[in-house]
Amino acid sequence: MQDPSAGHLATQATSSFIEHLQRSRPELLPFNQALPAGQIPLVPHATTIVALSYPGGVLMAGDRRATMGNVIASRHIEKVFPADEYSVLGIAGTAGLAIDITRLFQVELEHYEKIEGTLLSLDGKANRLGAMIRGNLPMAMQGLAVIPLFAGFDQSAGVGRLFSYDVTGGRYEELEHHSVGSGSVFARGALKKLWRPNLTEDEAVAVAVEALYDAADDDSATGGPDPVRQLWPVVYTVNRAGARRVPERELAAIAGSIVESRAVAGREA
Amino acid sequence: MTQQFYVSPEQLMKDRADFARKGIARGRSVVVISCADGIALVAENPSPSLHKIGEIYDKIAFAAVGKYNEFESLRQAGVRYADVRGYSYDREDVTARGLASVYAQSLGAVFTAEQKPFEVELAVAEVGHTQAGDHLYRLTFDGSIADENGFVVMGGLAEQVAETVAGGWKADLNLAGALRLAVKALATDKEVDALPGTAVEAAVLDRSPESGRGSRRAFRRLRADEITQLLAGEA
Repeated sequence: MQDPSAGHLATQATSSFIEHLQRSRPELLPFNQALPAGQIPLVPHATTIVALSYPGGVLMAGDRRATMGNVIASRHIEKVFPADEYSVLGIAGTAGLAIDITRLFQVELEHYEKIEGTLLSLDGKANRLGAMIRGNLPMAMQGLAVIPLFAGFDQSAGVGRLFSYDVTGGRYEELEHHSVGSGSVFARGALKKLWRPNLTEDEAVAVAVEALYDAADDDSATGGPDPVRQLWPVVYTVNRAGARRVPERELAAIAGSIVESRAVAGREA
Repeated sequence: MTQQFYVSPEQLMKDRADFARKGIARGRSVVVISCADGIALVAENPSPSLHKIGEIYDKIAFAAVGKYNEFESLRQAGVRYADVRGYSYDREDVTARGLASVYAQSLGAVFTAEQKPFEVELAVAEVGHTQAGDHLYRLTFDGSIADENGFVVMGGLAEQVAETVAGGWKADLNLAGALRLAVKALATDKEVDALPGTAVEAAVLDRSPESGRGSRRAFRRLRADEITQLLAGEA
């Protein structure tokens, strides 16, 4: 704990957990590490995330695979997380860093809320995440990039909104839908055909799962639904009531019906 | 060169303690009660935005009386301590005991070393899965720490308020019952029987927030209308 004498604290006062760590415990930050020269060995990479909006909210879905070169590093990894009560984020890229950045971002938002007694605005959250990704730029230049996708419900505007990022921390608001990661080209193609205005929440979940199915079909680093191990994508919806994880059995039913309809159609793709 | 008069350490400490006690005695009281539904924290505080009660971590809350700037800086330091600890180890490694002992050290250091002691009294509460797992710590301006059982009362008329709470406290009180007991106790020196819902600030640490609200954060601030509703359930 800081020296609590009032004068000292006033100069230390910050609502940002990251700023606090930078001042007092910089070694705990996932970025800002000086890497020695040399080749970084293969590390697990997280892959495809899709997000799409629907009237009254926004949702995000991620497959369950992490790869290390041509090897499947994990079949169980989760890449979509609630950031706080009204926002979610998904991550693609170096899994180890991405998971720590997610954890840090969650604490950052909660910390602000506790210190200030109010939630950050959705734009404020999106900007904070951009600053964190920019902080990771030196690592990205060594090949350890982390690319997030951020979605949340904007309570002042009453709509769900989507943000994508580039490796320099650039923040771009996306309309309708977006996807990141190795399978994103295929998922994006599927979303272009499947997404339409006025989707209901249940339809939107089915669209996201189907887009991931198409990504897994063509991208070896993206995992499809796995009925053997009972593994389904992780899907979060965010609406006025907050973020909610879609239960496994609903996803199992949706994935099952997608596989069935594709089998019935009996076509190549 | 001016000559320093000799002041005995006993006298010095006594003066500091008297000074701090006077400051605290001017403040309004705060009551923290462990009940069947969780831990209720109730403060007499007409301001809806300058809080005396705050969330520290998943299962830990903070309540204070005394000078606002001093306990607010302690609350923020507590949030920083808890968040750093939870981030570097794990969320379940943040405990009220750890936090309370850090507070005790800080208050003790300020009491002996600084120009003036903090004029504050703090309570740190941690809710458990069962009532036996609840922890209530009371910290005073000189850094002394007490592990309380059932309830904590702090502030100006702490002794009288505590008498009323002790008279009505039962382990199986529900939230509404604890709230009613608290507002009755806080009105000890007033003309009225109990304070109205708008004159108090209240929050609760829910015993099982995961099943109730789907959140690991047990702290929930009660809005003025919720307080009024809970108090009105009396009939």
